[in-house]
Formats: sequence, structure tokens, C-alpha cells
Amino acid sequence: MRKTVSIATIALLGALTACGGGGEAEAEGPVTLRMTTWSANPAHVELFNSIAADYSKTKPDVTVTFEALPIENYTTTVTTQIAGGNPPDLAWILEGAAPDFVASGALTPLDDSIENAGELAPAATALWKQDGKLMGYPFSTSPFGIFVNTDQLKQAGQTLPTGDKWTWDNAIAVAAATAAKTGKQGLVIRDFDYKDWTNLATVFRGWGAEAWTADGKTCGFDQQPMIDAMTFLHKAIFTDKALPAPGVAADFFAGESAMTIAQISRASLLKEAKFGWTLVPLPAGPSGEYAVIGQGGLGVLKKGKNAAAAAEFVKFFTSPANSAKLAQFFPPPRQSQLNAETLAKANPLLKPEQLQDVVIDGIANGVVKPSHTGSAEIGQAVRSALDPLWKADADVPGVLRGVCTAIQPLLAK
Amino acid sequence: MTVLEDRAVQARSAPTGPKAFWTTRRRDQLTGYLFITPALLGALAFVFLPLVLVVWYSLHEWNVLADTFTFVGTDNYQALADDPKMPAVLAATGLFSVGLVVFNLSLALLLAVLLNQKLRGTTVFRVLFFSPVVVSLLAWTIVWGFLLQDNGGINGLLNAMGIDGPNWLRSGGAAMASVVIVQVFKNVGLNMVLFLAALQGVPQELYEAARTDGASRWTIFRRITLPLISPTILLTSIITVVGSLQVFAQISVLTQGGPGTSTTVLVYYLYQQAFQFHAFGYGATLSVLLFLIVLALTVIQWQMRKRWVFHES
Repeated sequence: MRKTVSIATIALLGALTACGGGGEAEAEGPVTLRMTTWSANPAHVELFNSIAADYSKTKPDVTVTFEALPIENYTTTVTTQIAGGNPPDLAWILEGAAPDFVASGALTPLDDSIENAGELAPAATALWKQDGKLMGYPFSTSPFGIFVNTDQLKQAGQTLPTGDKWTWDNAIAVAAATAAKTGKQGLVIRDFDYKDWTNLATVFRGWGAEAWTADGKTCGFDQQPMIDAMTFLHKAIFTDKALPAPGVAADFFAGESAMTIAQISRASLLKEAKFGWTLVPLPAGPSGEYAVIGQGGLGVLKKGKNAAAAAEFVKFFTSPANSAKLAQFFPPPRQSQLNAETLAKANPLLKPEQLQDVVIDGIANGVVKPSHTGSAEIGQAVRSALDPLWKADADVPGVLRGVCTAIQPLLAK
Repeated sequence: MTVLEDRAVQARSAPTGPKAFWTTRRRDQLTGYLFITPALLGALAFVFLPLVLVVWYSLHEWNVLADTFTFVGTDNYQALADDPKMPAVLAATGLFSVGLVVFNLSLALLLAVLLNQKLRGTTVFRVLFFSPVVVSLLAWTIVWGFLLQDNGGINGLLNAMGIDGPNWLRSGGAAMASVVIVQVFKNVGLNMVLFLAALQGVPQELYEAARTDGASRWTIFRRITLPLISPTILLTSIITVVGSLQVFAQISVLTQGGPGTSTTVLVYYLYQQAFQFHAFGYGATLSVLLFLIVLALTVIQWQMRKRWVFHES
């Protein structure tokens, strides 16, 4: 009996191991490619499906399906799928996870799968290259800007500073005054919620601060530019009341705040806005003008069952023609398409000067949000160590030193 | 001669040959095994096999992205012993479990005693207290997340009464208390119903006899009710303790383990390591630790039953 049970267990283990191994052999006959995305936005899904349908016309034996996963656990879910032996053929990859995916060798090189690869903006592809090879296609390179509720400013008797006067000091002053007058919130750093601190890069880069050095080896939180930036932010939250306090929720797009820092792809949420609004670049900080970019890349998983077919689909999905279609939601990395004329066609809600100032100049001069190998663990350590900062009586330099103590061993790995 | 006697004579006079293999006893045994086979296969595939695999994974370093699976022996267990976060994680786990068990069982027993009275409207209250049990855990937690915001419903209510409420999910002690309270209100109805069933099984003549002897209400409760429902108390305490060690969704939705690591309980830490940080081997090691803790607590509770659980026999 024991022998029978042992054999059965080994057989079951063997079967499961075989299932979990992932299929690296190319399938023959009709192929179904599965691509994971983090958007279930019906307009996005419709566009993806139409591109996939066009592809099936030229390749009748290939079907492409899109699987929308919640963005909160997106990378975790994709990783779990890989661990479970069910990797997607193609996956969107967030900029924070890019170094892990690129450095680990999980992705197939795409140099031969991108038409006119020479026209991709170098700043856009920097994060996705390894040893000179393009491991992911940065299909979305989206700069952050500030959306402003002009009705609330008018109600509070405030005007938006322009030109040289568009600085962080003035922006916070207007946000605080508007919040005080309207009873709503001033400036919301969207998706920060006192947890995802990487969105604070949209502020601290104005002081020339960086989370870590360019080589990723040394913590930057205890450096003077970061101390100055965080001191400014702390004062803006707890003294000026220009930002919602921890635990206070406010949605700009529902009219609950005067301003929000967000990517331009959020403009679609203002399609039916019942208030006047405008979009302006991030204000200048003490270190001058700057721009911050969020990126999404498209990668072909090596462990996917149909890696070669997936790479072929990438060629079609990212072709200049389809890139122009995708530009209505995702600013493309193709320099030929980075002009106000092309972008205006795809973004009717934004004025040409807004597209120039925020998108085109932003992509040209911007720096991608902080990323690092092992960014999930580092990000969690920073979040945890930053928590004491979000109190009115916080010792800002002390907390920031604590952040470096927490993450320096991880950076040195 | 009766029919039975006739059969017995026939059996004695029957020629003795090789014994039939399919005796009644064997047929019954086979039927029994066939009945439990689906359950056994399920347990094998979804309980025992994962247990073996988890132990196997805990002896490896598994980088999913790089597709490497390296035997590292007891390195992960050494890392567990050296992990500077473990004291905080175990403290948070212990605090949550103690808070949940004490608060949940006390409240469930209190509600059961109150709702066991023969008063009008108790059925409505029983339904009210039980209904959260059937509500989706995630939906329940998300709604509580909104209520517990600094400018949420709970503080709005407190402000109306002139009380300045804390920032529930943003300060260490309050965050842990919030997670415990949300979990208690979610599941207190289940224990309440179990206690109600136990209370209704207590023989009324014992109460009548005690009252006749002049025993006070408290004495009756302590000397009659508690001993007679002690098997149910054991059952609910085991269920609640094991459940408290498996809390995940509430932490993930409400606090994500913060502020700091104040609400990072063992299961959430395990999830972080395995699925967020891609350290599957270390995550497996943490789940072995969790298994051992659950096993130890269950065995201790089971052994302690001899001391405080009342058995009529």
C-alpha cells in the first residue's frame, strides 16, 4: 500500500512539475497569444482588440487575447503566473519592475521586432536596454503634469502663476489659498496616498533630489536636496494645508481638489468634466525646470509558449501606424510622432501648447520615475521608513536618515 | 425450525471449500474506501502535496524571472533566524491574534447570551449580527476602509459627538485596532450562532434546580452555562485562533502592513516575500513557520481541553 501511495505521489509530482515547467517549445498550428495589460478601460480594450483583429487578417492562424489585471497587484500577478507555469506571451511592464525583468533575462530581445527602431527617443528606451539590446518596447512614455480646476481657483480669487512665476512656492501658495477658501483640498499627488512614494519624485526632482545615485548603489534620501524637498513637502501638508493630510481621500476628477499631479493619459477622465480645467507642466523647483515620466513597456516573455509568434506580433503592434493609434492614450517613443500635430489628433481634449509644454518637452527633458532591481522590496522598505514623516511633528532629516539605514543594504545587493 | 435456525444448519452442512474473497466485510470495506476516495484524492492533491512541496521549495532559492531553482539546504531557515524584521512581524501577528480571539469570543458569547433571551425582536438582531458573515470579505473591508479614513464616517460620527477621532489607519496602535475590529465585526456572527446553538442545548432543569437553590445569575452562568458550552468554546477558539493567523485581505486592503511594520502579520509578510519580492524559497520557509505555529497552538488547545472542557461522561 505504501509503495502504491509513493508511486502515485511521485507520478502526481512529476505531472505537476511538467505542468509547471512552462512550455518553451514553439506550438504548431493555430496560435493564441495572451497579452497581459493593466487597463480594463473599454476604450483601451477596444483599440487593442481592433489592432489584434487587423493582425489576424494578415495572420489568420494567430489570435491575440488581452487579459486586464488590476494595476495594484499587476507585477505580482504576472510573476505568479510565471511561477505557476502559465506565463503570458506578452506583458506590459511597469517602469518600477523594468530593471528586474530586463536584468533577469526573462524577456526576448526585440531589436528585430521593431520597425524603424532608430527613431525611438533614447531617453525613452534607456530603461529597457541591456548590453545594447532592446528588451522591452516603451509603448507609453507619459510625462506628469498638473491638472488645475480653474473654477475652484476663480471661486477662491486665485490666478495661476505663469512663466517664471510658475514655481513650487507659488503653486503651493495658490493650492493652500484655494483649499482654505473652498473647503476642498488643494493639491493631490495622484496615486501617492502616503504609500506609493515613487510619485513624490514629481516634487523632489524640483530640488534636484534623487532616491539613489545613478548607479543605484548609494541612497539619496539623506542628501541635502532631498531633505530640503521633503521639508518643503512636509510644511505644505501640515502647516500650509495645501495637500490632503494622511488618510484623507480626494479625487480631483470628481471636483474634490483644486489641482492634481497626474499623467496626461488621465485627461480622458475629464471628457465630461463639469468644471473648467487646464493642464500645465510641473512647477520649477529651486534647481530649475524639470520633468518626470512614467513608463510602460511591452515585453515578450521567454518562457511563454509562443515567444517567436509573440515577437512577430510586437512588430505589428508597435508599427508606426499602430503607434499613432496608440498615441491617443499612450505617448509614443517614436520621435517622428512626438509633435503637437500628431498628438493633437489623438488628444482632442488637450490644446497644442499643452501638448508641446507638457508632453513633447516633458519626454525630451524628462527623467523616468525611480526604479531599481529589487524595486518592490526597496520600495516597501522606503515606504515603511517614510511613514514616521507623515506626522505634524516629524523630524524630517532624522526620518530620511532612517530611510537610508533601511535601504542601503538592499541597494548594495 | 425457524428460518434462522434452518440457515445455520445449512451453513454447517455446506461443503467446505476455498474461502470466497469478496466477503461481506471486504465488500463493505471497499464501499467505504470508494466513498472516501474523492475526499482522499482532494486532500492528497490540495493539502498533503502542497505541504510536501512547500517544504521542498523552502530548501531552494527560486528566482522566477531568471528561471533559476537552486538547492540551498537550510539557508532559508538560517535567513529566517537572522531576519531582523521577524520580531516585529511575530509581535504584530501575536497582537492581532490575541486581540481578535479575546474580542471576538467575548463579544460572540455576550451577544449569544443576550439573543438567547425570550424577547421580541431577537430574530432580527440575530440576522443583523450574522449577515456580515455572508458578505464578501473584500467588499466588507473596502467599505470599512472608507469609513476609517481620517475624514471618513467613523470620525464624522465621533466629531458629531464632540470627540476628535484618531487617524485610524495611519497610526500604529489605531491601525492594528482597526484591523482587529473590522475582522471581529465580520465574523462575530458565526461564533455567536455556534454559542446560541450550544446555549439552547443546556438542559433547562439544571437552571431550574439552581434557581430553586437560590443561585445568583452570575453563579448560574459560571457554574452551569460555561461548563456545558465549553466544548463549543473550544471549537470556536480553535477556529478563531487558526483564522486569526491567516488574516490577509484586511491587511492588504486597509494598511498594506503599515504604518511602518505595525500591521505586517506573518501571512502578509509571507505574501510580500514570495509574491512581491519574488523570494519564493524564503516565502515557503515562512509558510513552514506558519504551519508549525498553527499546529503547535492547535495541539496546545487540544491538550488543554482536558483541563477545562466539560464532558458529561
